[in-house]
Amino acid sequence: MKQKISALLFGTALTLAASGALAQDKNIKIGVLTDNSGLYSDLGGAGSTLAAQMAIEDSGLAAKGWKIDVISADHQNKPDIATTIARQWIDVEKVDIFMDVLNSGVALAVNNLVKEKNAIMINTGAATSDLTNAQCSPNTIHWVYDTYMLANSTGQALVKSGGDTWYFLTADYAFGHALERDTAAVVVKSGGKVIGNVRHPLNSSDFSSFLLQAQASKAKIVGMANAGGDTTNTIKQASEFGIVAGGQKLAGLLLFITDVHSLGLKVAQGLNFTETFYWDLNDDTRAFSKRFSERMKNKAMPSMVQAGVYSGLIHYFKTVDAMGGNPHDGIKVVEKMKASPTDDPLFGKGTIRADGRKLHPAYLFEVKKPAESKGPWDYYKLIGTTPGDQAFRPLSESACPLVKK
Amino acid sequence: MQALYAQLLVGLINGSFYALLSLGLAVIFGMLNIINFAHGALYMMGAFCAYFLLNLAGIGYWPALIIAPIVVGIFGMILERTMLQWLSGLDHLYGLLLTFGIALIVQGVFQNYFGSSGLPYAIPDELKGGMNLGFMFLPIYRGWVVVFSLIVCLATWYLIEKTRLGANLRAATENPTLVRAFGINVPRMITLTYGLGVGLAALAGVLSAPINQVRPLMGADLIIVVFAVVVIGGMGSIMGSIITGFSLGVIEGLTKYFYPEASNTVVFVLMVLVLLVKPTGLTGRAA
Repeated sequence: MKQKISALLFGTALTLAASGALAQDKNIKIGVLTDNSGLYSDLGGAGSTLAAQMAIEDSGLAAKGWKIDVISADHQNKPDIATTIARQWIDVEKVDIFMDVLNSGVALAVNNLVKEKNAIMINTGAATSDLTNAQCSPNTIHWVYDTYMLANSTGQALVKSGGDTWYFLTADYAFGHALERDTAAVVVKSGGKVIGNVRHPLNSSDFSSFLLQAQASKAKIVGMANAGGDTTNTIKQASEFGIVAGGQKLAGLLLFITDVHSLGLKVAQGLNFTETFYWDLNDDTRAFSKRFSERMKNKAMPSMVQAGVYSGLIHYFKTVDAMGGNPHDGIKVVEKMKASPTDDPLFGKGTIRADGRKLHPAYLFEVKKPAESKGPWDYYKLIGTTPGDQAFRPLSESACPLVKK
Repeated sequence: MQALYAQLLVGLINGSFYALLSLGLAVIFGMLNIINFAHGALYMMGAFCAYFLLNLAGIGYWPALIIAPIVVGIFGMILERTMLQWLSGLDHLYGLLLTFGIALIVQGVFQNYFGSSGLPYAIPDELKGGMNLGFMFLPIYRGWVVVFSLIVCLATWYLIEKTRLGANLRAATENPTLVRAFGINVPRMITLTYGLGVGLAALAGVLSAPINQVRPLMGADLIIVVFAVVVIGGMGSIMGSIITGFSLGVIEGLTKYFYPEASNTVVFVLMVLVLLVKPTGLTGRAA
């Protein structure tokens, strides 16, 4: 009986493989796995799904006979829920490519599964630089930003301008730890000193206790290694406790435009931080963002995570179109994606490295004063640009097994 | 040592919110026997109400402290009249499920229109700034929160435990039929009590608007802790929930100092311990 079943399975597998090779399969299923309801849902969430839809519309693949579907799910920032959804998506829904996957804890978990099942993940939301370092995978591309880049750009700039003693306020999970580790390394390398740190649970609402500890440390810079609602609450409460008035400086290591919008310029003005996309960079980004914002329920401009979903998919579509069909083979497609340079209206020209790191410039921004802003969403002043090949971790320091040394 | 004083004070500030919210829950449970899971959503509505008053009507913080609890209280009374009253006499589970559903709907609607990051609400000018206490810099607004919520808590306790109105109310919970025979309109009284409990939640919402971002999920994050406070204090005990609210704030504050990683679990550890030793809660009476 057992033999019969395995023979049957083998036969089915053969037929499937053969049919894949014969007829050019022009079906793609995209899964946007993100936080649809929690503290990160403004920077990813429904906006990421919208960005995916816009990428499909703009790719023009439908006219060439492609059939592309998008599905979306809420991982609730829980790695176990995320892997359950991802497994079902791959096994039952036949999802080819995962987009967004914000939250570093979730991303690392899904990364393993995607590799095991030979699917694709273009991660645009998670920060941890481990995705292209020790945990790198031939099925994953890390598109938008990572902790190494943030640390390198913001950290270095702050130490250079005199902030040589640091105290970290860190979200207590994979992302916070990675961001703190990478930033501390940059601080020490640039001649600064780390005095201490405190780790707060994800999604805290009151930071006064942690801020008092940061205040007592007398460090010149209070580095916020957290994100989303945690960061906005920290900033708001820091101004209440007179942290900035007392001569300490807040460093937002990861801030998104949605956070700045939520804080308001009065509270956020003067903050320095790094992003790789801003809607008001050039004519192309403005045109896309205008279309995007018109279709958002709360009329929000795209965050870099959402812009990354669009940009990543455009490159993916170009690649599979050039291949003439969808081979449903993650490694094969990702290899092709790495082989050709990227070019899209949002991130401009770029490349994807062997370790899965997408390279593009990193921009150091400063939040405008209320008087400088012309209206809603006009928030950033560009104060520095790091070219793509210098912004991210150099391959010489990489622990990724995919990098040949 | 100085740092310790500061943490104690910060704990007391958080305790004020726990006390205000658990007080509302205790009033509603004690008088109506409803486990009000919509409390967090109503707290959030209080904060949003203050935000709308300021941005749409130009009405500032001080009037909002009165208007928002009334508006949200009326919303609560409508809920009670149209839905909750049909559940009286049924198992607690029905009320819990209904209010939980209401909370999810309200939060979903707000999140749909306002996203999850929240909206800014500034501290009123009169309460800006802070004073140096030697061991810490105390923002004046935080000091105000502690004093104000303490007054509100004690006033509510007095109203329910020491006045004639409160006596009628407590009697109506014990034996509604008999109290009705004295010519007291019990259903109306119950509606008003629910309104009072909801108003307290909205008041806490207004108080917290300048500290936290006004976010659709601000209540959802808090409500579980507040329920733990009520359970520790003893379901339905007014004074119990006030005292537990403040003291748990302090204990949580100390945890944030000594072992920050555990700061959002410590309350639940305590809850388990209390339930094991004294299942009715610290000040609760046996049913």
